[in-house]
Amino acid sequence: MSLLEFESVTLKFGGLTAVDNLSFEVEEGEVFAIVGPNGAGKSTVFNLISRFYDPFAGSIRFDGHDLLRVKPSGVASYGVARTFQNIELFEHATVLQNLLVGRHRHRRTNLVSEILFLPSVRQQEIKNREKVEEIIDFLDLQAFRDKMISGLPYGVRKVVEVARALATDPKLLLLDEPASGLSVEETTDMRWWIDDIRKQMGITVLMVEHDMGLVSGVSDRVLAMADGAKLALGPPEHVQSHPAVIEAYLGKAS
Amino acid sequence: MRFVFKTNYIQDIRPWKDGYQLSLYLFLLALVFSAPWLLDDFFLGELTNVLIWAIAGLGLMILTGHTGQVSLGHAAFLAFGCYANVALIEAGVPFLLAFPLSGILTGIAGVTVAIPALRLHGIYLAIFTLALSILMDDIIVLAEPITGGVTGKFVGGVEIFGKLVDRWATPVEFFWLVLGVTLLVTIGYINLLRAPLGRSFIAVRDSEVSAQAMGVDIARTKMISFALSCSVTGWAGALMGLYAGAFNNETFSVLISIQLLMMIVIGGLGSIHGAFLGAIVVGFLPQFLSISKEYVGAIFGGNAVAIPGLEFGIFGMILIAFILFEPLGMYGRWLKIRTWFELFPFYRKEMFKRQKSYLKTERLR
Repeated sequence: MSLLEFESVTLKFGGLTAVDNLSFEVEEGEVFAIVGPNGAGKSTVFNLISRFYDPFAGSIRFDGHDLLRVKPSGVASYGVARTFQNIELFEHATVLQNLLVGRHRHRRTNLVSEILFLPSVRQQEIKNREKVEEIIDFLDLQAFRDKMISGLPYGVRKVVEVARALATDPKLLLLDEPASGLSVEETTDMRWWIDDIRKQMGITVLMVEHDMGLVSGVSDRVLAMADGAKLALGPPEHVQSHPAVIEAYLGKAS
Repeated sequence: MRFVFKTNYIQDIRPWKDGYQLSLYLFLLALVFSAPWLLDDFFLGELTNVLIWAIAGLGLMILTGHTGQVSLGHAAFLAFGCYANVALIEAGVPFLLAFPLSGILTGIAGVTVAIPALRLHGIYLAIFTLALSILMDDIIVLAEPITGGVTGKFVGGVEIFGKLVDRWATPVEFFWLVLGVTLLVTIGYINLLRAPLGRSFIAVRDSEVSAQAMGVDIARTKMISFALSCSVTGWAGALMGLYAGAFNNETFSVLISIQLLMMIVIGGLGSIHGAFLGAIVVGFLPQFLSISKEYVGAIFGGNAVAIPGLEFGIFGMILIAFILFEPLGMYGRWLKIRTWFELFPFYRKEMFKRQKSYLKTERLR
């Protein structure tokens, strides 16, 4: 059984078919990339997994569970974490607070115990910090730990978003364009991190990315999409040289 | 500049940064505790008034400052708390039970209102709650058997453990009561902010989509925020009723709602300090104006400054000045001043400049 299964999923916005009868599987432990021109429906696939949209038809299964029965805020509790294309951090909070929100799905305390700040809450806070600290170390964020997000440069915010997603302790990590807007060095860092996330933490990665260098560098399999439909699926070299993919990006030779 | 070198997580979790900061707050607390000996009855009453406003401000701050839901209807919850308290006392419930109950009942009322309001955002929520505030006036008139309608209600003192606590007869005891409630609410608020729930409030305020993706149930979180906010506001309302001694349907008008919202904006949204600083402005402004009226009147002669609505006019101007020049409120200004001294001479104006981000993920609605 695969970790994530899309089975003939279709999503329409009015007359526009954003995702067209799409089927694919993400195996446990792989790095799976989705590529395609703008408007191909890549981010929509992510939003479907996050349950922001209800598909028209088809089924999405994660780890043996029917995701379509889960409400949007419940997806995280099954072990799916994500980042956003245009960074969606909690601006007026510190890096630490952002990462601690990532621990929200592990919350075991309730309203009353939190207002009284009982020892159980204190214990939980310490435990959360231990976990978060590991991630801060892993992604080299020590210098920014207590800084407000609103004062951080773009490149750091991008990493903080990955960190926040990792703080949820996910099985599947969805990265929406992790390298967009990053410098060459930052992209290389990101590449090693994605590699380490898979190898050291054993987390399956599903990412949308335009940077073909990064895609062919880290991913095991690539799905190419155009107009919401699957064009090609396979190892990076195979997809890159696929005639339908070249046509989607560059147009037909006349 | 002081650097706090953290060596364990407790330093991170406790509400104060270091011993220096703790000693400052303890000093402030000691000052407030010695107020009955330092101030005469008039100024003690004024201080009590400020504290009551601060409780109301804390209530609204939970909802507006930390969860990002604007409410122009909190006067309705002040009224609810006030009438609930008095009705319970009149029904023979001892004050020590009636008072907590009045807040809890207001919280339940708040949740009832919140359920339809959850779908509303920004300006629409503001209009919805504004309507609520206006409606409350009529509800109080209609519910005459409980509320006394247009005639209103009169409350004397209340008894706590056989001791009379009354605004006029025993102002010192009344001050202790209000101070106790203020401290309890503040401590609860501080605890909340360092616990997962408080962080999820901030998450909902700053980005609903990503809060949801992190497993925060948006509707539930907003509802809890409404409940807590309304409970605290209800307690403030109950104390306000005791402070005023007499109130009717017009006491908690829309103007009070607006004043409350202005108060936390002036104080500084999203901080506990802001509620207190705003309350100081709101509480002392009328006194300040009446005192300065005498001086101005002496210069220009006679009733030159006896203009009706002067208080709200000045209040409005202060608000405009804050929104234009200091959107972070008084607390934001204080942070800047403090940083200036800490970093002297390296402070730069741009340090507190907000970065504008023009890209936002589609809000999905």
